[in-house]
Amino acid sequence: MAGVQVANVSRSFGAHKALDDVSIDFADGGFYALLGPSGSGKTTLLRQIAGFDFPDSGRIAIGGESVERVPVEKRRIGMVFQNYALFPNMSVADNVAFGLSVRGEAKATIATEVQRALDLVQLGKLGGRKPHQLSGGQRQRVALARAIVTKPRVLLLDEPLGALDKALRVDMQIELKRIQREIGITTIFVTHDQEEALTMSDRIGILRDGRLVQEGPPEEIYDRPQSEFAATFLGDANIFRGDATGTGIKLPDGTTIAASTGASVPAGAKASCAVRPERIRISTGAGKPHPANANTLKGQVSKRIFAGNNSTYFVDRDGQTLKVIVQNTGAERLVEGQPVVLSWSPDSTVLIAA
Amino acid sequence: MADQLAIGSRSGLKPALPLLLPAYLWLTVAIFLPLSAMVFFSFMTDLPLAGKEWAFTLGNYAAFFSQSLYSTLLFASLRLGLEVTLWCVVIGYPAAYVLAKVLKGRSREAIFLLVILPFWSNGLVRIFSWAMVLREGGILDTALNAVLPFKINIDLMYSYPAVIIGLVHSYVPYMVLTCYLTLQAIDDSLIEAGRSLGASRRQVLRRVIIPLSMPGLIAGAALIFVPVVGSFMEPRILGGRTGTFYGTVIEDQLVAVFNWPLGAALSFILLAVVLIILALAAPVLRRAG
Repeated sequence: MAGVQVANVSRSFGAHKALDDVSIDFADGGFYALLGPSGSGKTTLLRQIAGFDFPDSGRIAIGGESVERVPVEKRRIGMVFQNYALFPNMSVADNVAFGLSVRGEAKATIATEVQRALDLVQLGKLGGRKPHQLSGGQRQRVALARAIVTKPRVLLLDEPLGALDKALRVDMQIELKRIQREIGITTIFVTHDQEEALTMSDRIGILRDGRLVQEGPPEEIYDRPQSEFAATFLGDANIFRGDATGTGIKLPDGTTIAASTGASVPAGAKASCAVRPERIRISTGAGKPHPANANTLKGQVSKRIFAGNNSTYFVDRDGQTLKVIVQNTGAERLVEGQPVVLSWSPDSTVLIAA
Repeated sequence: MADQLAIGSRSGLKPALPLLLPAYLWLTVAIFLPLSAMVFFSFMTDLPLAGKEWAFTLGNYAAFFSQSLYSTLLFASLRLGLEVTLWCVVIGYPAAYVLAKVLKGRSREAIFLLVILPFWSNGLVRIFSWAMVLREGGILDTALNAVLPFKINIDLMYSYPAVIIGLVHSYVPYMVLTCYLTLQAIDDSLIEAGRSLGASRRQVLRRVIIPLSMPGLIAGAALIFVPVVGSFMEPRILGGRTGTFYGTVIEDQLVAVFNWPLGAALSFILLAVVLIILALAAPVLRRAG
């Protein structure tokens, strides 16, 4: 087991900067998600850590040992590929045994270790099958067993759940988390699925265009995004743009929005505010705003999407469409075209420097 | 959807018939008929042409067993087939690997063209051009002596190596093509997975890539071995006096001696031997694949 340090790593392919001065410290035993849209460099970063590709500059260390010029087979990593990459010519047990067998372990040791790994992923009885006889979820488990049986220092997962359907994906998320806790291995997980990143990881790094946008625990990134991109990529957010006032921002139409979290931006500079849709209260306007210092805005419901336990309202306001998510508690439903008042606390408003 | 599936399976072969018919008619007319005629000839004492007397006989087949020359030559031809096939693997497999896994885009197309090029040139021209290269005072001899400080004599013409060189040149594209197809179908992530598990490039090659490309190797070997065992053009032109093989003997019977019945019988013995070898090799190869 070991932590992974990535320091000032850059990598270009021709004129394209796939990674631009990325530094992340992956703590020993942690579960880390690298999140970003396609082309953001998250897979490139994972491949640098794995050793399939070497950085142009910067340093990569596994367990304190510099590895940026060490080939993949000498790095003692475990990797699970998006398409699982099981060897089709070998049985499940032989697939899992591969890493131990190329290392020249004794046959008896291999057999015990393979069985233990297959038991861990709950496939103890399927060792004799060929990969093509397994379901997608089972292949996923075999790939995981194969990656961890060699007791690697770090486990790298490249969108491992991308090919599974939704229900199975949720099962595998829980399962993967259980196994990771059980063996306590440092895990780096590449995904473009924000929900997956939020539910599974201890820390998230958001990448965009080869740069690290923000890094931290999921709650921190969700509650205090440092950029409009982080705010809208991890979860949904309403963004207001205007001029900083010192306590919030002033919209072009003169409305002020108070914000008590986020960056401190000098008055007069360009800034924006982000508000999560579920933090906004929507009402017909009767009664006082709560809390007393709440931000309020008037608008008109343009659309309502019913999703069972909650509803999403789209509210038009001065050319901007705001999103509000309301739990369906049985209270009256608002209809399209209805004038409404939106209110939310300054505590729920994050100030972002432009 | 379900209806379409039901129709598809119920009607079976019938709608496919117009698609199959041309190929099978052609095979019947062009291969089966002449071949049956040759089977018939192989049991005759003489050709029924020009009003000669003839009778049925097993003598043509008996000749193979009574004269050790034929079986000696057959063994020489089988050995030739084996050696040429091995050289084609040694030369063709790495080339196919580079084509499938290393080169991309334009450079792949260019190298591919070079591999296919022998197919587009006339076989006889190819062999005679080798004769110009290999003979004493030929291109290879002159070029080497121009470069090397000491005098060497390269005269490969009319020798066993010359036959091997000519045959390997003719047949190596088959190996490159069949291996390229199977190698290209191997997902690169399998290679990466192997290396992430601690296997060196060599171990990945031996334990993942070669087993997965075995079907291509087998197909290539079969495509090369069978015609090489019966080959006569390359041995005759490049081998000279040393180039007497089973194939050249059959050709002699058909072209020079006009003993078609014996030629036909020798051909069918070759066919039988090749089929037996392929049948014996099949289970071994299947396990390897």
